[in-house]
Amino acid sequence: MTALLEIEGLTASYGQIRALHGVDLTVGEGQVVALLGPNGAGKTTTLRSICGMVRASGRIAFRGRDLIGLATEKVTRLGIAHAPEGRGTFSGLTVTENLKLGAYGRRDPEVRRDIDRWLETFPRLADRRDQPAGSLSGGEQQMLAVARALLSRPALLLLDEPSLGLAPIVVREVFDVLARIRAEEGTGMLLVEQNAALALELADAAYVLASGRTVLSGPASEIRAEDSVRRSYLGQ
Amino acid sequence: MERFLQVVVDGIADGSVYAALALALVLIFRSTGVVNFAQGEMAMFSTFVAWALADAGVPLLLAVLGALAFAFAAGMVVERVLIRPVEGGNPLSLVIVTLGLFIVVNSAAGWIWGFNIKEFPALFPGGVAEIGNVSLSIESLGIIAVLLVVVGLLWLLFTKTPIGLSMRAAAQSPSSARLVGIPVGRMFMLGWGLASLLGALAGVLVAHRLFLDTNLMAGVLVYSFAGAALGGFDSPIGAVVGSWIIGVTEALAGTYIDVIGSDLKVLVPLGIIFVVLLVRPSGLFGSPEVTRA
Repeated sequence: MTALLEIEGLTASYGQIRALHGVDLTVGEGQVVALLGPNGAGKTTTLRSICGMVRASGRIAFRGRDLIGLATEKVTRLGIAHAPEGRGTFSGLTVTENLKLGAYGRRDPEVRRDIDRWLETFPRLADRRDQPAGSLSGGEQQMLAVARALLSRPALLLLDEPSLGLAPIVVREVFDVLARIRAEEGTGMLLVEQNAALALELADAAYVLASGRTVLSGPASEIRAEDSVRRSYLGQ
Repeated sequence: MERFLQVVVDGIADGSVYAALALALVLIFRSTGVVNFAQGEMAMFSTFVAWALADAGVPLLLAVLGALAFAFAAGMVVERVLIRPVEGGNPLSLVIVTLGLFIVVNSAAGWIWGFNIKEFPALFPGGVAEIGNVSLSIESLGIIAVLLVVVGLLWLLFTKTPIGLSMRAAAQSPSSARLVGIPVGRMFMLGWGLASLLGALAGVLVAHRLFLDTNLMAGVLVYSFAGAALGGFDSPIGAVVGSWIIGVTEALAGTYIDVIGSDLKVLVPLGIIFVVLLVRPSGLFGSPEVTRA
């Protein structure tokens, strides 16, 4: 059986500057994988490479299909949704419009129902459905970003620092929803997160990047027990 | 009082022409962040196409529709061939490209159709409509009606259709738009096509009044620019209201202030641009993005 996402020997550069020197990682169907590492390790660049937002080489295969060189909008239509750094919501458009855009490319009649469903899951978004996304709080915007990403019914969800800038209680809320989505939808996730403890709680497996390379990988429980990880990322 | 109302209605009609071109400017400004200086010349060229078709015996309405279709296609080609390669780079390159386009289109029209002034057939019957004591020009009323219909259609397109929503999303954040699967390049092409069509509409509406030559839109562009600046360059509603204000102010000043007359009328939009830039650079309706950290 082919994995949902397989990355081998991934390199990527911004102009002359090489950001990734050889990243390897695998996400199985329905698996949640955490991508950890210090600032500048290449976590965000890895996600951007998957979506064709940065020039990359090596191998990225989604259900066996090669993604290198594919335009961003085509990658998205294959079933990969990306809730990017900074959330990437359309600040001048309303919550409902943002959600409709999440379902771009879907032609089935259930879009309406899905939108209602996510509004139910995130009641605070429902209250603000006609407000511009830019007027939402950080937590609400993060929920909107997640809901919007899920409206494409992705097989793989890429999440870039969903906890960034959020109050602890709101972070908890977001991660509870992510856990529910994993359980109910079986959506595979690749989760970039500074908060390693939180990410490892949700994840099945984890990879640690340093200076653009995969330096450590294994089941989440093993990574959590790893000394170097505990010292560097878990503050223990 | 009757005279006043007639002048105001004529002013709104002129303003409606400026509004069509101002909407074109706003449409492109919102997606690329620059003003398309060639917008007026592209409109002039399309107006010549309408004239040439009519001159060749095509019924006027069909000639106009043909020119609008031509404008739409030409706008898309311009985006794809000239704008796309420099898009997302230095805004100055885009400005230079549109200035170059201005010169090329203007010369091309002169080369094809010559520099003599041509009479453009009237789209509306001459004469006036008597409403009470007021006699309003049917042409003015027709121009206003056309603009209102176009604004209504644009509003429907951008707020009620998926394609309109996608175009707004692409204009607002190209990278986020790509992430939800929107082909951003194609949306920009559509936007340029639509803008070019709006400009052409302004051209055919005004050509009968101004007569047709290669400088048809040079003046109109200044007024449209003033209308868009007054309303706010990122606001379609602002472009329409701003252009109406410019049209009415121009008509009133030309009629009631002797010094201004018809020779100095062009000072009105220039003065308004100056004051707006000084007092409220974002315009009446333009606003900085709503954001909350």
